[in-house]
Amino acid sequence: MSGIHLQSVTKSFNGTTVLHGVSLRVAAGEFVALVGPSGCGKTTLMRIVAGIEHADSGTLQIQGREATALRAGERDVAMVFQSYALYPHLTVAENIAVPLAMRRLNAWQRLPLLGGVLPGTRAARQGIAAEVAMAAGALGLGTLLDRRPAQLSGGQRQRVALARAMVRRPAAFLMDEPLSNLDASLRVQTRREIVAIHRRAGAATLYVTHDQSEALTMADRVAVMQAGRILQVAPPREIYADPAELRVATFIGSPRINLLPAEAGTDGAVRVAGLPVGLRCAARGALTLGVRPEALVPAAQGLVARAEAVEFLGESVLLHARHESSGTPLVLRLPPEAAGHLPQPGGELHLAFAPEAALLFGPDGARCRAELAVAREPALV
Amino acid sequence: MSDLAIAAPRFRAAAAGEALAAWALCLPAVIAYLLMLLLPTLATAALAFTDYELGLDGFRWIGLGNFAEMLDDRGFLQSLRNTLIYVGLVTPGSILGALVLALAIEAGTRGRTLFRAVFFLPVVSLSVAMASAWQYLLHPTIGPLNAALRGLGIAGPAWLSSSDTVLLALAGIGIWENLGFNLVLFLAGLTAIPRELYAAAAVDGVPSAWERFRLVTWPLLGPTTLFVLTITMIRSVRVFDTVAVLTQGGPNKASQVLLYTLYEEGFTYFRIGYSAAITLVFLGIVLALMWLQTRILDKRVHYA
Amino acid sequence: MPERTSLLRDLPRLLFLAAAGLLMLMPYIWMAAASLKPLDEIFRASLSLWPERFFAVENYGKVFARIPVGLYLWNGVVVCGGILLFQVLFAVPAGYALAKLRFRGRELVFGAVMLGLLVPPHVPALPLYVAFSQVGLLNTYTALIAPFTISVFAIFLFRQFFKSLPDDLIHAARLDGMSEMAIVWRVVLPNAWPAATAFAIFSVVAHWNDLFWPLIIANGDSHATPALGVLFFRSAEAGDDFGALMAAAMIMTAPLVIAFLLAQRRFVEGIASTGLKG
Repeated sequence: MSGIHLQSVTKSFNGTTVLHGVSLRVAAGEFVALVGPSGCGKTTLMRIVAGIEHADSGTLQIQGREATALRAGERDVAMVFQSYALYPHLTVAENIAVPLAMRRLNAWQRLPLLGGVLPGTRAARQGIAAEVAMAAGALGLGTLLDRRPAQLSGGQRQRVALARAMVRRPAAFLMDEPLSNLDASLRVQTRREIVAIHRRAGAATLYVTHDQSEALTMADRVAVMQAGRILQVAPPREIYADPAELRVATFIGSPRINLLPAEAGTDGAVRVAGLPVGLRCAARGALTLGVRPEALVPAAQGLVARAEAVEFLGESVLLHARHESSGTPLVLRLPPEAAGHLPQPGGELHLAFAPEAALLFGPDGARCRAELAVAREPALV
Repeated sequence: MSDLAIAAPRFRAAAAGEALAAWALCLPAVIAYLLMLLLPTLATAALAFTDYELGLDGFRWIGLGNFAEMLDDRGFLQSLRNTLIYVGLVTPGSILGALVLALAIEAGTRGRTLFRAVFFLPVVSLSVAMASAWQYLLHPTIGPLNAALRGLGIAGPAWLSSSDTVLLALAGIGIWENLGFNLVLFLAGLTAIPRELYAAAAVDGVPSAWERFRLVTWPLLGPTTLFVLTITMIRSVRVFDTVAVLTQGGPNKASQVLLYTLYEEGFTYFRIGYSAAITLVFLGIVLALMWLQTRILDKRVHYA
Repeated sequence: MPERTSLLRDLPRLLFLAAAGLLMLMPYIWMAAASLKPLDEIFRASLSLWPERFFAVENYGKVFARIPVGLYLWNGVVVCGGILLFQVLFAVPAGYALAKLRFRGRELVFGAVMLGLLVPPHVPALPLYVAFSQVGLLNTYTALIAPFTISVFAIFLFRQFFKSLPDDLIHAARLDGMSEMAIVWRVVLPNAWPAATAFAIFSVVAHWNDLFWPLIIANGDSHATPALGVLFFRSAEAGDDFGALMAAAMIMTAPLVIAFLLAQRRFVEGIASTGLKG
């Protein structure tokens, strides 16, 4: 079993439980993004994998090896820290060389002066230097090798941290919000570079972020975490289009998904504000119906809403409205051409959505798998 | 650790490893602490209640006997009195002097480094050597100080060999030794005062430099002053070098001070028990000063 | 407040400081002058600083002939160096453990450190002296150095400094495969250079100038430190030969004063920032 495998990991600090039995598997060559609001336990989980924190219970395997009791240095994982954690007193080349020197040279060979004359040190040092040069070259750091971290820009420091992580070819990469200290344009560019490094290295990568767009654009699979639990692990498309529960649906997607109070009658037909929506489900009683902003459109008839504000974003237009009968705030994402024909704030409009675009959730937040009503009731289509 | 280790062996292993490493790193310091600090200090406390003398076999517990003896010991009482007088002279002298000089240095931009270095020089100078220089300077017949006084028609006293002036002379040297240290602390305190406060005082129409000092500098320098005050007292309670070099407590015990009495009783007469009791009195004074500092610091000087 | 004022307006302040500074330097000036004068000139007690007859060679020559100056200075170097070496060797790992590691008993160790800060070095001196004399270690480097190998102040200082180093730096070092010992010497100490130099200066100045403990332990030339050397020369050899005595004082004071003048800023900041203990 290669890659990272966490099973039923729990952790509490001073009586506060931050992880409630988390299980997660990252296969070799896979890129998994762990996303969630701050304080949800995602960084703690990553630090447990790294060996910086220790789980209270549960198991951790790295490359098929039981790693729970291993020290951080023995786990064959590399980590890129949010603060980069470069050694301020070492040059770029020395920073990148540290993990190799620690593994390939013994304690005597690492001694200053004396180490240099011991057998094997020279050859090992040359090998290390060659690999450092290669890693640095791959990240465009070739001309900066003799600088110290204080003399580098934020983006350059970030690259040094990446080079230090990739140079030793670890079984797993751990990245803790590595882009959060970069400015916006650099962040988008570095996203692609990190994915490229991951593809080349072929190791398991666990990437922690609070930025869902990072998670969706970079990862093979996204793990959504909240309050110490992983809610769902799935490919980005699936996380967005087919969330397993209400909390995932509301966390992923910006602007937030529209949520309307709905009801399933005794026949299973789902209605919103008394109008049938063309869906039938097994549950009965009160439900929540979610529609993504781009799936909700103005129509000749349907839900009665009152327009509140229009935001022009360039590639799209956001229309903020309020559902008349329930008072629920609603958002529509429309093509920019629609901007001209939208009602003035305060104006009334009707909204509709395709039934297959709607997501139904039970009172506990769990997803209710609905089926399209056999005879399409035309009400909200 | 073992009970926890049984409950959850694998997860505790790493934490136990960290604890083990931590203790390994602390071990040399812990051993040295026990051998060189804790045990000897406790031994001093214990010896203070014995009549132990080096060279004699065995000792008896004599309870408060040593402390009772102190009350009748003219030499000890004299040394206590002299130490308090010395502290009482050196503390205000070196603090006021340092404050005035620090304000003068801070008031302009020229010569800052030079003057700071000049006033700090005694702090790094070998005190025994400088005591010798003072001995020459204060020599009753050939010393430049009395020569200068003679030039003014004054007959200078025999500074270090007259029981009337010896403490005064030692305190003068003490002020000279401590001034630079206090000056540097005051300079640090002064630079920490935000410039805007002086600007605000100027805008508010505070007229004179003295008013500015009373309104801004002195209150904001409060914590520094308190710190300097206790530091100076603790440093000057420990006066030893100048006495050992220049007067050996004389003439006629007029310059006997606490640490020198401790030294004589313990290391010249080898009356270890009695000397240990004096050590405890010395420790008591130092601790009382520190306690006073934290108390006042908590209560009065609080601008944060 | 301090803008660049004109020299003329600044003059009273500068004159005041110069006068005070001159007063401060009096002992040095007279010490230097007397070390160049023959005895009869000193005894004439004239207020002229400049010697009529240069007697420097004789005075300094007498010092070197009568006392083993080189040996005293060497002893000073050995004692101060030894003390500093062990203080750093013991205090840096302990300071790191207290700052960055979680372990049972940490509060206890730190409490012991804080308690130790309250105790002046004179307090444990008597039992240490008795112990050293029992095992026959009086008049040895061991006895001169050992009591100061533990500096609770150094532990405290390093702990405070190490606490400000980012945790992630330590974590990164662990992930890179360093042992805790390697982290201490390869990552933590190189990044604590300001604290380390400040402490080194503080320690060397304190122990180079210390008289109390060497006076107790060393009883002959063989292990006398510079401070003792001046004392020996004064009481035994020189008597009232102030010219030679001042020359000896000059020689023994010179090393630290020269070091101070070369690195004035570091000294002042080092001692002021670490001088908390007094």
